[in-house]
Order: sequence, then structure tokens, then C-alpha cells
Amino acid sequence: MKAIRNLLDKLRPTFSEGGKLSKLHSTFDAFETFLFVPNTVTRKGAHIRDCNDIKRVMIVVVVALLPALLFGMYNVGLQHFRAVGDAVAAASVWSCFWFGFLRMLPMIVVSYVVGLGIEFAAAQIRGHEVNEGFLVSGLLIPMIMPIDVPLWMVAVATAFAVIIGKEVFGGTGMNIFNPALLARAFVFFAYTPYISGEDVWTAGLLAGEGIDGYSGATPLTQLSENVHETLAHADVQSWFLGTIPGSIGETSTVAILIGAVILLWTGVASWRTMLSVFVGGYLMGLLFNLIGANEYMTMPAWYHLILGGFAFGAVFMATDPVTSAQTNVGKCIVGFLIGALAVMIRVVNPGYPEGMMLAILFMNALAPLVDHYVVQANINRRNKRLKLAK
Amino acid sequence: MSNIVKLKRGLDIHLVGEAKPRLTKAAMAESYAVMPPDFEGVTPKLLVKVGDQVKAGSPLFFRKGSEQMLFTSPVSGVVAAINRGEKRKVLSIVVTPDAKQTYEKFEIQPLDSYAREDVAAVLLQAGLWPMIMQRPYGIIANPADTPKAVFISGFDSAPLAPDMNFVLKDELENLNKGVEVLQKFTSGKVHLSLRAGTEGVLNRVKGVEQHLFAGPHPAGNVGVQIHHIDPINKGDIVWTVNVQDLAIIGRLFNRGVVDMTRIIALTGSEVVDAQYVQVIAGAAVSSVVKPSNILPQRDGGKVRVISGNVLTGTRVESTGWLTFYANQITVIPEGDRFEFLGWAMPRFKKFSVSHAYFSWLFPRREYVLDTNLNGGHRALIVTGLFDKYLPMDIYPMYLLKAIIAGDIDKMENLGIYEVVEEDLALCEFVDPSKTEIQSIVRDGINLMIKELN
Repeated sequence: MKAIRNLLDKLRPTFSEGGKLSKLHSTFDAFETFLFVPNTVTRKGAHIRDCNDIKRVMIVVVVALLPALLFGMYNVGLQHFRAVGDAVAAASVWSCFWFGFLRMLPMIVVSYVVGLGIEFAAAQIRGHEVNEGFLVSGLLIPMIMPIDVPLWMVAVATAFAVIIGKEVFGGTGMNIFNPALLARAFVFFAYTPYISGEDVWTAGLLAGEGIDGYSGATPLTQLSENVHETLAHADVQSWFLGTIPGSIGETSTVAILIGAVILLWTGVASWRTMLSVFVGGYLMGLLFNLIGANEYMTMPAWYHLILGGFAFGAVFMATDPVTSAQTNVGKCIVGFLIGALAVMIRVVNPGYPEGMMLAILFMNALAPLVDHYVVQANINRRNKRLKLAK
Repeated sequence: MSNIVKLKRGLDIHLVGEAKPRLTKAAMAESYAVMPPDFEGVTPKLLVKVGDQVKAGSPLFFRKGSEQMLFTSPVSGVVAAINRGEKRKVLSIVVTPDAKQTYEKFEIQPLDSYAREDVAAVLLQAGLWPMIMQRPYGIIANPADTPKAVFISGFDSAPLAPDMNFVLKDELENLNKGVEVLQKFTSGKVHLSLRAGTEGVLNRVKGVEQHLFAGPHPAGNVGVQIHHIDPINKGDIVWTVNVQDLAIIGRLFNRGVVDMTRIIALTGSEVVDAQYVQVIAGAAVSSVVKPSNILPQRDGGKVRVISGNVLTGTRVESTGWLTFYANQITVIPEGDRFEFLGWAMPRFKKFSVSHAYFSWLFPRREYVLDTNLNGGHRALIVTGLFDKYLPMDIYPMYLLKAIIAGDIDKMENLGIYEVVEEDLALCEFVDPSKTEIQSIVRDGINLMIKELN
């Protein structure tokens, strides 16, 4: 510890202004503050400060993501071995996990290297400290991709999300759209074949490694194609546990709920947003039940909550404090609409089997408007008080 | 009896070093000072020079632009120094006290015979007018204004704050007289807010409208109390007086002298014997905080002496003086140490409102907190947090953003008239982005004053 501290103190002049590597100042600073909480003391305002900081907030989210990530790795292997008909390997938790780990690691590395590289450069240009927000985004991006997406696409999508989604607005805290979802949306619209259909969700299917007749379709794709058949053989337990094809991190509702408990317990994510997404989705499902115009509409409403990216989006994406609403009332409204819209897109729109991504991005755009009206109500109360007093 | 206003939002930070209810009288300090920077928005015009003889209550300077507003010496003695900072800004006027104190005499008639202008004139002449503050803005009141009402907070809810019933236990007569003085100025009422469930001298003060408040800090902030009693609208002016200053004002009218004796709580984790001390305003810090009073620090650590409480107080040097409005001194350790992987550690000894740490498991525990910022400055990221620590119908995040953007209309609409820095001090404490919220609020208020006058 002392040795590291001494080393850092020795290196600091090299990276400070006038030093040889002053262009890497923000990078040095990021690593230094990662290792040591700085000795900065309060100069203005309150003399003591809560020991919570953004690093801690972000690391809590990363920890909350771990169950879904680890399960995702396992499931990547499981789906692959099922597809290639290797029942022995599919039965071994370890070999499934190891396969998935090796496939996933490059995606995580690419996402972090590209994203953090841009963040460090942006921080250097602005003269800011590096913001920890990307520690979360960089993990989210691979988790919401299909496993067979090419690495260069991950790189391009990450770069797009960080530069256009975040840095042009002023960096973390100023962005309008959730950066991770923006990366996914980029792939979704630019390279559609790699993120839709039946073959991308299972490792090896695109390369034709699957056995004859194996379908890698996600339950939502199946639902959009053949509702009757899918509902007749609905394997709700697998849907809930997550042993189904899908984006890497999204499949297991159980693992996601563990993350949700961590986020809610620590208070890092808003329970208002999270709960209202589920409520919105469920009520929308019930509404479709009432309408019952086709068979998809008659599906039990709660199926929606455990299928596809609904739970993952509700727990990890909709609750992003920067892009969600900022007022408590606004959070409830925005969350509710995200859930309702996602289910509506699934059921009504024939083109998109999944609606969570678009619902969240759409509500990201509307959140400031919702907040505007909530804050306006506060202003109106104040003005009314003024009128009464006169 | 009035209803109890129960506040839910807020936070009591439990610190080590509460003052025991025991009073000692500090010996005469080596020097006393009046520091113009204590008075928000006041540019001083000096009336004395080094070597001048002054009495307690003799003017030292007046406010530029309003000559009748005098600032007076708390003690009799010789002007020893006039310290200046950048651009020759006057930082302090230091008086070395005489062994035997002499006082300026003020001829006081019965209050009934005074017009309000006469009362104001006495207060202005005696240098006690600066104890009357106005809202909006939290600045010294304008003697020409007629306030809608006067508000006094009878308790301080800040960390380690003094118990005002103890501080003022022998001051009932002066408090009553002070209230009579204030009644001269307002067409409305004089409101006194007390903590529900406490019983003491303040419950017996006459001529006031009593209000009871329950709940965590900032329940004792007069701004929060005003918000719940009779909120400030655009165009309103109300006055506020610190309850101990009320007694000092009463003393002037009871005895005809400026006696700035006050009782302060000596508090904080690094104080050996936390207790109440009787001093005269502006006393040298060294007369209260002696080296023998401070716990030995390990590894050459330093301490920070704060005139006031840990949330809103002013940092003072050990060679400095008590600030004008202080009721408290707090001594805490400096936090200028690196902490290896601190953000990832359990940090059992530190305090956080976040359940990402563990202090919520020990709600009764008292903490030794240092001055480390515990992180770096970031953009505002976490939302919904500030709302929990401001018990007013105000959106703190939106107000702050309006201030940062310099949007006068928005600031006005979002409630800038109802707050001063201290009301948002807790938001600053809990903010994981380490935003300097109190300075932002003051900048916003100063912008309002500049733009609207």
C-alpha cells in the first residue's frame, strides 16, 4: 500500500502539467483515484461529507449486474451445446459456463477498451476527472447483445453510444439517452440481421454448427410467429429461470431479480421506476386480455414480465437516474409508460417481437417533458399561494 | 397550544463530542475582532485607525451606502490591527481589550415612548442592527422596510448544536424585552419556533406566537420553519433573528449598554472537554480552543476549528477569531489522508445515508467524521436524493440547475426566495457528486439581488 502510494507520488509529476506525459493526466488521475481516495479536504460549504461517491454508486450497479452476467455466460454455453446436440457438455454447468465465459470475455474487453478510451480522451480534453458511469455502460453493452455479434460491431456501437450518445451532450450526467441501449439500437438499425431472427441468439448457429431442425428462436420470436403453438407448449419455468435463447444478460428473471434486490436495498435504483415499469407492463397485458382480439392478446399478462428484455430493462435500464425522470412523480409516470409501451409494441406491432429497448429510448426522450409538467405543478402551487396572499 | 409540525425529511448526523450541560466563563481573550466578511454583502468604511481607543459599543466601521448602520466594538480597548486581504479588502479589525471594560452609554427611554424609527436608530447606533436578518436572501435587514412578520427559531438542530434552553436559561427578561423591540417593527406577529417536547426558558417568552416542530435537522432552520408557518411569496419581506442575538438586543434596552457576552458550545470529536463557554463575541479562538483542549492527533494529523457547526460553519485558524453570529465551535480532524481503495471498502467507521455502506445498521452510533471530501467532483447524476433532505415544497435539483444556468425567472418560480445556504447544507453533505451546493445557492441569491435591485 505504502509502496504503491510512493510510486504514484513519484509518477505524478510526469503526468502533471508540464510533465512528459501530461496528455495522459486524466488517465493517471483515474487510476490514482481508483487506488486511493484522494486526500482532498472540503474547502467550501459543509465541512464533513457523506462517504458515498459516484465510484461506490457505480460499483454497486456492477455488483448487481453480476448474477445476470454469470448466468448469461452459463446460458451461452448451454444454448450452444443444445444447438450442436452435445448433451454431455450441456449437462455440465462448468463446461457451459467456461464456454460462455470465453465467448463473452472478448466482448466485454472490447466494450471497455473502446468506451473507456473515448471517456479518458474526452475527460482530458475537457479537463474533467474521468466519470465512472462507463463502468456500468461498458458491462451493459455486451450483456444486451446477441452472443454471435461480431466484435467490430460491438466496438463501433460502443463508440457511437459514447461519442454521439454521451460526450456530445457533455458527458455522463448530461446525456439524454441511455448509452448502453443506444449501442444496442445502433446495431439494431445498422446491422439488423445480426440482432434479429432465429440464429443470432445461440453461439454457432450463424456459422451453421447447429444440428438439423434446431431452432434458436427466442420465445418472443416464437410468439410473434406462432402464438398458438408457443402458448400450448409454454415452458414458463425455463422462461423464468432463463435457460432460453436471448440477449446474453436478459434471459434469467431470477438472476435479474437478485440484482434488483441489491439495487433497491442500497437505494441506488429508484423503486418507483422499477415497480411502475412492472405495473405498467402487467396492466397493459391485462388490458389486452380484456380486448382479446387475437390469441397473443389472451396470453397471461405476467408472461410479459419474465420474457425477453422486460425484466432486465426494468431493473437496469429504465432506472438509469440520468436518462429517466428526475422527479418522483415523473419516475412513476415514465416507468409506467415504459412497461405499457413495451408490451404494446410486442403485441400490436408485427415487425418487432421485442419492444423494451424502443420503449425505454422513447421514454428517455419524453422524460424531460414529463418532469417539466411535474415541476410546473410545483411552480403553479407557488404562484397560487402568491395570488391568495394578495 | 399550537399544533406540532412534524417534519419527516431531513437527517440528524450523530457526531462524537456533544457539549455537556456545564458552563465555564472564559478568561478575557488577548484580542477581539470584528470581521466584515461575516456580514453578507457589506462593504466596510472604516471609522477607526490603529491605536485608537474604543469602548464596548463604539463604532469601528459603517456599511458603505448606509452610513447609519454601524458595526461596533464588542469590548473596550485599543485598535491593534486592521488586517487586509487581496485588493485591500478589510478582513478584520482587531481590538486589544482593557483590563477594566468600559461601555458606551445609550440613553434608553421606555419602549412605549419610542417611534419605530427611534428604536431602529438605537439599534443601528449600538451596532446590533446586523443581528436582524431579512428573508428573502439572508442578508442584513433594511431599516426602512416593514416586515410581514418576524421569525425566531428557538432551537438549533444542526450536528452538536447547543441547547438554547441551557444557553439562555438566565436571559428571560432580555428575551422578553427583545421581543418587545421587534414588535415595534412589524405589523404582523413575532413567531418563535420550539422543538416539540422540550421545556425551558423559551417556552416562557412573552409576546410571541409559539410554534412546535418535530423531526430531524433542518427542522431548527428558521427558513424551514417559515415555509411551514407562513411561506415567503414574491415581494414579501420577513425578518429573522438568532435567538441568542435576541437576548443581546434585549440587554441593550434593559441596561443601556452593548454587552455582547454570549454562550457558545465547544463541541467536536477532538475537544477534550466539550462544554459551554461564556465569551464575548469576536473573541480570539485561542481563548476558547487551547492546545490543552485538543486531543493529541496521531501521525502529525491536524484538526480543523470551525466557528459554527460542521454543515454551515466557517473555518477559522487557531490564531483567528469567532465569527459574529456563532453559537458554537466545532473541532474535527482534518481528512487530508489517502485511503487505499476507500470506495470499495466497507468503511464501518464512516457515515453514509446510502445503504451501499453499513452505517444504517447502527442508527444510534456516534461518528468521528473528518473533513475528507470522500470522492471527486462529478456531474449531478443521482436523482431523488436531495428531495429527502429538504423538508420544503421545493425541487432542490431543479432550483440548483436554474441557479447554475443563471435563469432568474426559473429561480424565482422554483423557490429561491424561501431558501438560504444552510437549508440545502444537508443536500451538499449527502451528494455523491460532491457539488458545492451552498456556494451555488449563495451565488444564485447574489445574482437575484444584483438583477432585481
